[in-house]
Amino acid sequence: MTSTKNQKPEFEAIEIDLLLEAIFRRYGYDFRSYARASIERRIRLFLSASGCSSISGMIPKVIHDKEFFSRLVRYFSVSVTEMFRDPSVYRVVREKVVPLLKTWPHIKIWLAGCATGEEVYSLAILLKEEGLYERATIYATDFSDEALACAREGIYDLAKLQDATRNYQKAGGKRSFSEYYLARYDAATMDASLKGKIVFSSHNLAMDGVFGDMHLIFCRNVLIYFNRDLQNRALTLFTDSLVHGGYLCLGTKETLQFTDVSHCYDVVDGKARIYKKGICHES
Amino acid sequence: MRAREIGKLPSSANYEAVVIGASAGGFKAVAAIFDAVPLEFALPVLLVQHLHHDDDGAFAAHLAAVSKLPVIEPCDKEPIVGGHMYIAPAGYHMLVEQNGIIALSTEEKVNWSRPSIDMLFESAARMWGERVTALILSGASSDGTAGIQAIRAAGGLTIAQKPDTAEHPFMPQTAIDSGAVDEVLTIEEIIARITGLRPAIPRRERKK
Repeated sequence: MTSTKNQKPEFEAIEIDLLLEAIFRRYGYDFRSYARASIERRIRLFLSASGCSSISGMIPKVIHDKEFFSRLVRYFSVSVTEMFRDPSVYRVVREKVVPLLKTWPHIKIWLAGCATGEEVYSLAILLKEEGLYERATIYATDFSDEALACAREGIYDLAKLQDATRNYQKAGGKRSFSEYYLARYDAATMDASLKGKIVFSSHNLAMDGVFGDMHLIFCRNVLIYFNRDLQNRALTLFTDSLVHGGYLCLGTKETLQFTDVSHCYDVVDGKARIYKKGICHES
Repeated sequence: MRAREIGKLPSSANYEAVVIGASAGGFKAVAAIFDAVPLEFALPVLLVQHLHHDDDGAFAAHLAAVSKLPVIEPCDKEPIVGGHMYIAPAGYHMLVEQNGIIALSTEEKVNWSRPSIDMLFESAARMWGERVTALILSGASSDGTAGIQAIRAAGGLTIAQKPDTAEHPFMPQTAIDSGAVDEVLTIEEIIARITGLRPAIPRRERKK
Protein backbone atom coordinates (compact mmCIF):
# COMPACT_ATOMS: atom_id res chain seq x y z
CA MET A 1 0.00 0.00 0.00
CA THR A 2 1.55 3.29 -1.07
CA SER A 3 -1.19 5.59 0.07
CA THR A 4 -3.97 5.50 2.63
CA LYS A 5 -6.11 7.64 0.36
CA ASN A 6 -8.07 4.90 -1.33
CA GLN A 7 -8.34 2.47 1.50
CA LYS A 8 -11.45 1.79 3.48
CA PRO A 9 -12.18 4.42 6.14
CA GLU A 10 -12.69 1.74 8.79
CA PHE A 11 -9.12 0.51 8.29
CA GLU A 12 -7.84 4.04 8.68
CA ALA A 13 -9.85 4.38 11.88
CA ILE A 14 -8.01 1.35 13.30
CA GLU A 15 -4.65 2.80 12.36
CA ILE A 16 -5.48 6.12 13.97
CA ASP A 17 -6.74 4.45 17.16
CA LEU A 18 -3.51 2.48 17.41
CA LEU A 19 -1.34 5.50 16.74
CA LEU A 20 -3.07 7.56 19.44
CA GLU A 21 -2.88 4.63 21.85
CA ALA A 22 0.85 4.29 21.16
CA ILE A 23 1.39 8.00 21.83
CA PHE A 24 -0.54 7.77 25.09
CA ARG A 25 1.30 4.70 26.37
CA ARG A 26 4.73 5.89 25.28
CA TYR A 27 4.57 9.60 26.20
CA GLY A 28 1.47 10.02 28.36
CA TYR A 29 -0.10 12.56 26.01
CA ASP A 30 -3.74 11.66 25.60
CA PHE A 31 -5.11 12.65 22.21
CA ARG A 32 -7.58 9.77 22.18
CA SER A 33 -10.36 12.07 23.34
CA TYR A 34 -9.69 14.87 20.91
CA ALA A 35 -12.36 15.85 18.40
CA ARG A 36 -11.94 13.16 15.85
CA ALA A 37 -12.46 14.88 12.47
CA SER A 38 -9.84 17.49 13.24
CA ILE A 39 -7.19 15.19 14.69
CA GLU A 40 -7.62 12.72 11.84
CA ARG A 41 -7.03 15.52 9.40
CA ARG A 42 -3.91 16.62 11.28
CA ILE A 43 -2.60 13.07 11.18
CA ARG A 44 -3.21 12.85 7.43
CA LEU A 45 -1.43 16.16 6.91
CA PHE A 46 1.50 14.97 8.98
CA LEU A 47 1.56 11.67 7.11
CA SER A 48 2.12 13.39 3.79
CA ALA A 49 4.97 15.41 5.31
CA SER A 50 6.48 12.51 7.26
CA GLY A 51 7.84 10.30 4.51
CA CYS A 52 5.89 7.35 5.91
CA SER A 53 3.66 5.40 3.55
CA SER A 54 0.81 4.71 5.97
CA ILE A 55 -0.49 5.83 9.33
CA SER A 56 0.30 2.47 10.88
CA GLY A 57 3.81 2.86 9.47
CA MET A 58 4.24 5.90 11.69
CA ILE A 59 3.64 3.90 14.87
CA PRO A 60 7.15 2.38 15.25
CA LYS A 61 8.71 5.75 14.53
CA VAL A 62 6.53 7.47 17.11
CA ILE A 63 7.49 4.89 19.71
CA HIS A 64 11.26 4.89 19.07
CA ASP A 65 11.99 8.36 17.75
CA LYS A 66 11.22 11.16 20.16
CA GLU A 67 12.02 13.84 17.63
CA PHE A 68 9.51 12.32 15.21
CA PHE A 69 6.91 12.40 17.98
CA SER A 70 7.67 16.07 18.71
CA ARG A 71 7.12 16.90 15.08
CA LEU A 72 3.79 15.11 15.13
CA VAL A 73 2.66 16.93 18.27
CA ARG A 74 3.45 20.22 16.59
CA TYR A 75 0.78 19.26 14.07
CA PHE A 76 -1.70 18.71 16.90
CA SER A 77 -1.13 22.07 18.51
CA VAL A 78 -2.91 24.06 15.92
CA SER A 79 -5.30 26.64 17.20
CA VAL A 80 -4.62 29.97 15.51
CA THR A 81 -5.44 33.03 17.52
CA GLU A 82 -4.78 36.73 17.56
CA MET A 83 -4.69 39.52 20.11
CA PHE A 84 -8.11 40.70 21.22
CA ARG A 85 -9.79 38.12 19.01
CA ASP A 86 -13.54 38.81 19.26
CA PRO A 87 -13.08 42.36 20.55
CA SER A 88 -16.65 42.52 21.85
CA VAL A 89 -15.81 39.79 24.37
CA TYR A 90 -13.12 41.97 25.90
CA ARG A 91 -15.56 44.84 26.08
CA VAL A 92 -17.99 42.68 27.98
CA VAL A 93 -15.18 41.60 30.32
CA ARG A 94 -14.46 45.28 31.01
CA GLU A 95 -18.11 46.10 31.60
CA LYS A 96 -19.46 43.07 33.42
CA VAL A 97 -16.55 41.17 34.94
CA VAL A 98 -13.99 43.78 35.92
CA PRO A 99 -16.30 45.60 38.38
CA LEU A 100 -16.67 42.37 40.37
CA LEU A 101 -13.02 41.43 40.09
CA LYS A 102 -12.32 44.77 41.74
CA THR A 103 -14.08 43.60 44.88
CA TRP A 104 -11.42 40.96 45.53
CA PRO A 105 -8.13 42.09 47.14
CA HIS A 106 -6.11 39.72 45.03
CA ILE A 107 -7.25 38.06 41.84
CA LYS A 108 -6.10 34.87 40.23
CA ILE A 109 -6.76 34.28 36.56
CA TRP A 110 -6.19 31.06 34.68
CA LEU A 111 -5.79 31.19 30.94
CA ALA A 112 -6.05 27.53 29.98
CA GLY A 113 -4.63 26.57 26.59
CA CYS A 114 -2.73 29.81 26.07
CA ALA A 115 -0.94 28.54 22.94
CA THR A 116 1.48 31.21 21.69
CA GLY A 117 0.25 33.77 24.20
CA GLU A 118 -1.72 36.36 22.23
CA GLU A 119 -4.66 36.22 24.62
CA VAL A 120 -2.48 36.37 27.71
CA TYR A 121 -1.03 39.69 26.62
CA SER A 122 -4.46 40.95 25.61
CA LEU A 123 -5.73 40.16 29.08
CA ALA A 124 -2.67 41.70 30.74
CA ILE A 125 -3.26 44.93 28.81
CA LEU A 126 -6.91 44.97 29.80
CA LEU A 127 -6.05 44.46 33.48
CA LYS A 128 -3.46 47.24 33.34
CA GLU A 129 -5.93 49.69 31.91
CA GLU A 130 -8.53 48.73 34.48
CA GLY A 131 -6.05 49.21 37.33
CA LEU A 132 -6.17 45.53 38.28
CA TYR A 133 -2.86 44.31 36.98
CA GLU A 134 -0.83 44.90 40.14
CA ARG A 135 -3.08 42.73 42.26
CA ALA A 136 -3.51 40.00 39.71
CA THR A 137 -1.67 36.80 38.93
CA ILE A 138 -2.27 35.31 35.51
CA TYR A 139 -1.53 31.62 35.16
CA ALA A 140 -1.05 30.87 31.48
CA THR A 141 -0.92 27.16 30.73
CA ASP A 142 -0.59 24.93 27.73
CA PHE A 143 0.37 21.30 27.14
CA SER A 144 2.90 22.26 24.50
CA ASP A 145 6.27 23.38 25.85
CA GLU A 146 7.08 24.81 22.47
CA ALA A 147 3.97 27.00 22.45
CA LEU A 148 4.72 28.06 26.03
CA ALA A 149 8.23 29.11 25.02
CA CYS A 150 6.76 31.34 22.29
CA ALA A 151 4.23 32.75 24.70
CA ARG A 152 6.92 33.51 27.27
CA GLU A 153 9.01 35.31 24.66
CA GLY A 154 6.09 37.40 23.48
CA ILE A 155 7.53 38.22 20.10
CA TYR A 156 5.07 38.52 17.24
CA ASP A 157 5.07 39.26 13.56
CA LEU A 158 4.68 43.02 13.22
CA ALA A 159 2.17 42.59 10.39
CA LYS A 160 -0.10 40.63 12.76
CA LEU A 161 -0.10 43.48 15.22
CA GLN A 162 -1.91 45.70 12.75
CA ASP A 163 -4.98 43.50 13.07
CA ALA A 164 -4.36 43.49 16.80
CA THR A 165 -4.38 47.29 16.86
CA ARG A 166 -7.75 47.36 15.16
CA ASN A 167 -9.09 44.73 17.54
CA TYR A 168 -7.66 46.57 20.55
CA GLN A 169 -9.54 49.71 19.65
CA LYS A 170 -12.79 47.81 19.14
CA ALA A 171 -12.20 46.04 22.44
CA GLY A 172 -12.42 49.33 24.28
CA GLY A 173 -8.68 50.01 24.48
CA LYS A 174 -7.88 53.21 26.34
CA ARG A 175 -4.43 54.10 25.08
CA SER A 176 -2.36 53.73 21.97
CA PHE A 177 -1.69 50.06 21.30
CA SER A 178 1.88 50.82 20.21
CA GLU A 179 2.72 51.64 23.85
CA TYR A 180 2.57 47.94 24.63
CA TYR A 181 5.25 46.65 22.30
CA LEU A 182 8.62 47.49 20.89
CA ALA A 183 8.90 47.17 17.12
CA ARG A 184 12.17 46.12 15.62
CA TYR A 185 12.49 45.13 11.96
CA ASP A 186 9.53 42.82 11.27
CA ALA A 187 9.00 41.79 14.86
CA ALA A 188 7.22 43.25 17.85
CA THR A 189 8.28 42.38 21.38
CA MET A 190 5.61 42.74 24.02
CA ASP A 191 6.53 45.19 26.76
CA ALA A 192 8.29 43.62 29.74
CA SER A 193 5.91 45.37 32.14
CA LEU A 194 3.13 43.09 30.86
CA LYS A 195 5.01 39.95 31.82
CA GLY A 196 5.68 40.51 35.53
CA LYS A 197 2.41 39.03 36.74
CA ILE A 198 2.16 36.22 34.23
CA VAL A 199 3.17 32.73 35.33
CA PHE A 200 3.65 30.40 32.39
CA SER A 201 3.41 26.72 33.13
CA SER A 202 2.80 23.38 31.58
CA HIS A 203 -0.64 21.90 32.17
CA ASN A 204 -2.53 19.33 30.16
CA LEU A 205 -6.32 19.55 30.37
CA ALA A 206 -6.57 15.91 29.32
CA MET A 207 -4.47 14.63 32.23
CA ASP A 208 -3.60 17.18 34.91
CA GLY A 209 -5.57 18.34 37.92
CA VAL A 210 -7.18 21.35 39.54
CA PHE A 211 -5.52 24.74 39.47
CA GLY A 212 -6.90 26.26 42.64
CA ASP A 213 -8.93 29.26 43.75
CA MET A 214 -9.31 31.08 40.48
CA HIS A 215 -11.50 34.18 40.09
CA LEU A 216 -11.58 34.06 36.32
CA ILE A 217 -10.85 31.26 33.89
CA PHE A 218 -10.35 32.09 30.25
CA CYS A 219 -10.46 29.09 27.94
CA ARG A 220 -11.44 30.14 24.46
CA ASN A 221 -11.44 27.87 21.41
CA VAL A 222 -9.64 25.09 23.23
CA LEU A 223 -12.59 22.86 24.13
CA ILE A 224 -13.62 22.69 20.46
CA TYR A 225 -10.66 20.36 19.91
CA PHE A 226 -11.96 17.91 22.53
CA ASN A 227 -14.72 15.36 22.31
CA ARG A 228 -17.66 15.53 24.72
CA ASP A 229 -16.00 13.39 27.41
CA LEU A 230 -12.83 15.41 27.48
CA GLN A 231 -14.82 18.64 27.38
CA ASN A 232 -16.66 17.50 30.47
CA ARG A 233 -13.38 16.60 32.17
CA ALA A 234 -11.92 20.03 31.48
CA LEU A 235 -15.11 21.84 32.49
CA THR A 236 -15.30 19.90 35.75
CA LEU A 237 -11.70 20.90 36.38
CA PHE A 238 -12.61 24.54 35.80
CA THR A 239 -15.63 24.29 38.06
CA ASP A 240 -13.53 22.77 40.84
CA SER A 241 -10.87 25.44 40.33
CA LEU A 242 -13.16 28.48 40.47
CA VAL A 243 -14.07 30.27 43.69
CA HIS A 244 -17.77 30.76 44.34
CA GLY A 245 -18.84 33.65 42.11
CA GLY A 246 -15.84 33.19 39.83
CA TYR A 247 -16.13 33.67 36.09
CA LEU A 248 -15.64 31.34 33.17
CA CYS A 249 -15.17 32.69 29.66
CA LEU A 250 -15.39 30.32 26.68
CA GLY A 251 -15.06 30.84 22.92
CA THR A 252 -17.97 32.54 21.20
CA LYS A 253 -19.07 29.25 19.62
CA GLU A 254 -18.61 27.12 22.73
CA THR A 255 -21.50 26.57 25.07
CA LEU A 256 -22.08 25.00 28.48
CA GLN A 257 -25.44 23.76 27.27
CA PHE A 258 -25.56 19.95 27.23
CA THR A 259 -22.41 19.67 29.37
CA ASP A 260 -22.09 18.09 32.83
CA VAL A 261 -21.57 21.44 34.56
CA SER A 262 -24.27 23.61 33.00
CA HIS A 263 -26.25 23.56 36.26
CA CYS A 264 -23.33 25.13 38.15
CA TYR A 265 -23.33 28.43 36.29
CA ASP A 266 -25.40 31.51 35.60
CA VAL A 267 -25.09 33.19 32.22
CA VAL A 268 -23.48 36.62 32.53
CA ASP A 269 -23.39 37.33 28.81
CA GLY A 270 -24.72 34.77 26.34
CA LYS A 271 -23.03 36.14 23.27
CA ALA A 272 -19.61 36.58 24.88
CA ARG A 273 -20.05 33.15 26.57
CA ILE A 274 -19.24 34.47 30.02
CA TYR A 275 -20.57 32.42 32.91
CA LYS A 276 -20.54 32.90 36.68
CA LYS A 277 -20.17 30.00 39.03
CA GLY A 278 -23.01 29.62 41.50
CA ILE A 279 -24.25 26.79 43.64
CA CYS A 280 -24.33 23.55 41.68
CA HIS A 281 -28.01 22.63 41.60
CA GLU A 282 -28.42 18.98 40.85
CA SER A 283 -30.43 18.78 37.66
CA MET B 1 -11.56 7.59 -8.52
CA ARG B 2 -14.02 4.78 -7.87
CA ALA B 3 -16.41 4.00 -10.72
CA ARG B 4 -20.09 4.04 -9.94
CA GLU B 5 -21.78 0.67 -9.80
CA ILE B 6 -24.09 -0.05 -12.71
CA GLY B 7 -27.67 0.70 -11.80
CA LYS B 8 -26.51 2.89 -8.93
CA LEU B 9 -26.55 6.18 -10.74
CA PRO B 10 -26.80 9.13 -8.41
CA SER B 11 -30.34 9.91 -9.56
CA SER B 12 -31.62 6.70 -7.98
CA ALA B 13 -29.60 6.99 -4.76
CA ASN B 14 -30.74 8.05 -1.33
CA TYR B 15 -29.18 10.98 0.47
CA GLU B 16 -28.50 12.03 4.03
CA ALA B 17 -27.22 15.55 3.57
CA VAL B 18 -26.52 18.44 1.22
CA VAL B 19 -23.32 20.47 1.56
CA ILE B 20 -22.81 23.79 -0.21
CA GLY B 21 -19.72 25.89 -0.84
CA ALA B 22 -19.94 29.49 -2.00
CA SER B 23 -17.60 32.44 -2.13
CA ALA B 24 -17.56 35.79 -3.92
CA GLY B 25 -20.87 36.46 -5.62
CA GLY B 26 -22.41 33.42 -3.97
CA PHE B 27 -24.85 35.20 -1.76
CA LYS B 28 -27.60 35.62 -4.37
CA ALA B 29 -27.32 31.98 -5.42
CA VAL B 30 -27.37 30.78 -1.82
CA ALA B 31 -30.33 33.00 -0.95
CA ALA B 32 -32.26 31.71 -3.99
CA ILE B 33 -31.67 28.11 -2.88
CA PHE B 34 -32.59 28.80 0.75
CA ASP B 35 -35.71 30.63 -0.39
CA ALA B 36 -36.80 27.72 -2.58
CA VAL B 37 -36.16 24.75 -0.29
CA PRO B 38 -39.61 23.63 0.88
CA LEU B 39 -40.69 23.18 4.46
CA GLU B 40 -40.89 19.40 4.09
CA PHE B 41 -37.27 19.10 2.96
CA ALA B 42 -35.90 16.23 5.05
CA LEU B 43 -32.14 16.56 4.69
CA PRO B 44 -29.79 18.77 6.65
CA VAL B 45 -28.03 21.45 4.61
CA LEU B 46 -24.55 22.61 5.61
CA LEU B 47 -23.15 25.75 4.04
CA VAL B 48 -19.73 27.33 3.93
CA GLN B 49 -19.91 30.82 2.51
CA HIS B 50 -16.67 32.76 2.69
CA LEU B 51 -17.44 35.71 4.94
CA HIS B 52 -15.65 38.74 6.21
CA HIS B 53 -14.17 37.75 9.56
CA ASP B 54 -16.14 40.50 11.29
CA ASP B 55 -19.47 38.99 10.28
CA ASP B 56 -21.33 38.56 13.53
CA GLY B 57 -24.10 36.27 12.46
CA ALA B 58 -25.57 38.89 10.11
CA PHE B 59 -25.24 36.61 7.11
CA ALA B 60 -27.04 33.76 8.85
CA ALA B 61 -29.75 36.17 10.00
CA HIS B 62 -30.21 37.30 6.42
CA LEU B 63 -30.68 33.73 5.22
CA ALA B 64 -33.01 32.98 8.09
CA ALA B 65 -35.24 35.75 6.79
CA VAL B 66 -35.66 34.07 3.40
CA SER B 67 -35.64 30.41 4.45
CA LYS B 68 -38.70 28.41 5.40
CA LEU B 69 -36.50 26.04 7.39
CA PRO B 70 -34.59 26.82 10.59
CA VAL B 71 -31.24 28.48 9.85
CA ILE B 72 -28.56 27.91 12.48
CA GLU B 73 -25.11 29.32 13.00
CA PRO B 74 -24.04 26.33 15.06
CA CYS B 75 -22.04 26.09 18.23
CA ASP B 76 -19.38 23.42 18.52
CA LYS B 77 -20.86 19.90 19.01
CA GLU B 78 -24.30 20.89 17.74
CA PRO B 79 -26.21 17.77 16.63
CA ILE B 80 -27.10 17.74 12.93
CA VAL B 81 -30.84 17.51 12.40
CA GLY B 82 -32.67 16.93 9.12
CA GLY B 83 -34.47 19.93 7.65
CA HIS B 84 -32.12 22.38 9.34
CA MET B 85 -29.72 24.71 7.53
CA TYR B 86 -26.30 25.12 9.17
CA ILE B 87 -24.11 28.09 8.29
CA ALA B 88 -20.41 28.01 9.16
CA PRO B 89 -19.66 30.96 11.47
CA ALA B 90 -17.08 33.52 10.30
CA GLY B 91 -13.61 32.65 11.57
CA TYR B 92 -14.31 28.94 12.16
CA HIS B 93 -13.91 25.87 10.03
CA MET B 94 -17.04 23.69 10.17
CA LEU B 95 -16.57 19.92 10.04
CA VAL B 96 -18.85 16.94 10.37
CA GLU B 97 -18.00 14.38 13.04
CA GLN B 98 -18.67 10.68 12.56
CA ASN B 99 -21.37 10.68 15.24
CA GLY B 100 -23.42 13.23 13.29
CA ILE B 101 -22.47 16.37 15.16
CA ILE B 102 -20.82 19.57 14.01
CA ALA B 103 -17.26 20.33 15.06
CA LEU B 104 -15.84 23.82 14.75
CA SER B 105 -12.16 24.59 14.58
CA THR B 106 -9.84 27.58 14.53
CA GLU B 107 -7.04 25.76 12.77
CA GLU B 108 -5.08 27.74 10.22
CA LYS B 109 -6.79 28.94 7.07
CA VAL B 110 -7.13 26.50 4.19
CA ASN B 111 -7.03 28.07 0.70
CA TRP B 112 -6.74 31.41 2.51
CA SER B 113 -10.15 30.77 3.99
CA ARG B 114 -11.65 30.01 7.36
CA PRO B 115 -14.24 28.57 7.06
CA SER B 116 -12.94 26.48 4.19
CA ILE B 117 -15.20 24.61 1.79
CA ASP B 118 -12.64 21.80 1.42
CA MET B 119 -12.66 21.19 5.18
CA LEU B 120 -16.45 20.79 5.24
CA PHE B 121 -16.65 18.69 2.08
CA GLU B 122 -13.83 16.31 3.03
CA SER B 123 -15.35 15.62 6.43
CA ALA B 124 -18.80 15.22 4.84
CA ALA B 125 -17.36 12.69 2.38
CA ARG B 126 -16.07 10.64 5.30
CA MET B 127 -19.31 10.90 7.22
CA TRP B 128 -21.85 10.26 4.48
CA GLY B 129 -19.88 8.69 1.62
CA GLU B 130 -22.18 8.17 -1.38
CA ARG B 131 -25.12 9.64 0.50
CA VAL B 132 -24.15 13.27 0.29
CA THR B 133 -24.75 15.84 -2.42
CA ALA B 134 -22.27 18.67 -2.78
CA LEU B 135 -22.89 21.97 -4.57
CA ILE B 136 -20.19 24.39 -5.57
CA LEU B 137 -21.42 27.88 -6.39
CA SER B 138 -20.04 31.24 -7.47
CA GLY B 139 -16.59 32.25 -6.26
CA ALA B 140 -13.18 33.59 -7.17
CA SER B 141 -11.33 31.02 -5.08
CA SER B 142 -10.18 27.48 -5.79
CA ASP B 143 -11.50 26.38 -2.39
CA GLY B 144 -13.91 23.48 -2.74
CA THR B 145 -12.23 21.63 -5.59
CA ALA B 146 -10.32 19.20 -3.35
CA GLY B 147 -13.55 18.76 -1.38
CA ILE B 148 -15.58 18.03 -4.52
CA GLN B 149 -12.97 15.43 -5.47
CA ALA B 150 -13.25 13.80 -2.05
CA ILE B 151 -17.05 13.68 -2.28
CA ARG B 152 -16.87 12.24 -5.79
CA ALA B 153 -14.29 9.65 -4.73
CA ALA B 154 -16.59 8.55 -1.91
CA GLY B 155 -19.42 8.11 -4.42
CA GLY B 156 -21.44 11.21 -3.54
CA LEU B 157 -23.23 13.42 -6.05
CA THR B 158 -21.34 16.54 -7.13
CA ILE B 159 -22.94 19.56 -8.75
CA ALA B 160 -21.41 22.84 -9.91
CA GLN B 161 -23.22 26.03 -10.74
CA LYS B 162 -23.02 26.64 -14.49
CA PRO B 163 -20.03 29.01 -14.64
CA ASP B 164 -21.57 31.47 -17.10
CA THR B 165 -24.51 31.92 -14.72
CA ALA B 166 -22.27 32.57 -11.72
CA GLU B 167 -21.23 36.09 -10.72
CA HIS B 168 -17.71 34.71 -10.35
CA PRO B 169 -17.22 31.64 -12.58
CA PHE B 170 -13.72 30.73 -11.37
CA MET B 171 -14.66 28.49 -8.43
CA PRO B 172 -17.25 26.29 -10.18
CA GLN B 173 -15.05 26.18 -13.30
CA THR B 174 -12.04 25.00 -11.28
CA ALA B 175 -14.17 22.26 -9.73
CA ILE B 176 -15.46 21.22 -13.16
CA ASP B 177 -11.93 21.19 -14.62
CA SER B 178 -10.89 18.71 -11.94
CA GLY B 179 -13.16 16.16 -13.59
CA ALA B 180 -15.01 15.44 -10.35
CA VAL B 181 -18.29 17.23 -11.07
CA ASP B 182 -21.26 15.06 -12.07
CA GLU B 183 -23.67 17.78 -13.13
CA VAL B 184 -23.32 21.40 -14.24
CA LEU B 185 -26.60 23.21 -13.61
CA THR B 186 -28.20 26.65 -13.38
CA ILE B 187 -29.54 27.76 -10.00
CA GLU B 188 -33.11 26.89 -11.06
CA GLU B 189 -31.96 23.41 -12.08
CA ILE B 190 -30.00 23.03 -8.85
CA ILE B 191 -33.11 23.86 -6.83
CA ALA B 192 -35.15 21.29 -8.74
CA ARG B 193 -32.40 18.71 -8.35
CA ILE B 194 -31.89 19.02 -4.61
CA THR B 195 -35.54 19.33 -3.71
CA GLY B 196 -36.04 16.10 -5.68
CA LEU B 197 -33.33 14.18 -3.78
CA ARG B 198 -34.66 11.10 -2.12
CA PRO B 199 -33.81 11.02 1.59
CA ALA B 200 -32.20 7.89 2.96
CA ILE B 201 -34.25 5.94 5.42
CA PRO B 202 -32.94 6.99 8.82
CA ARG B 203 -30.79 4.55 10.72
CA ARG B 204 -30.62 2.09 7.84
CA GLU B 205 -27.27 0.40 7.55
CA ARG B 206 -25.28 2.08 4.85
CA LYS B 207 -24.15 -0.18 1.99
CA LYS B 208 -20.44 -0.72 2.14
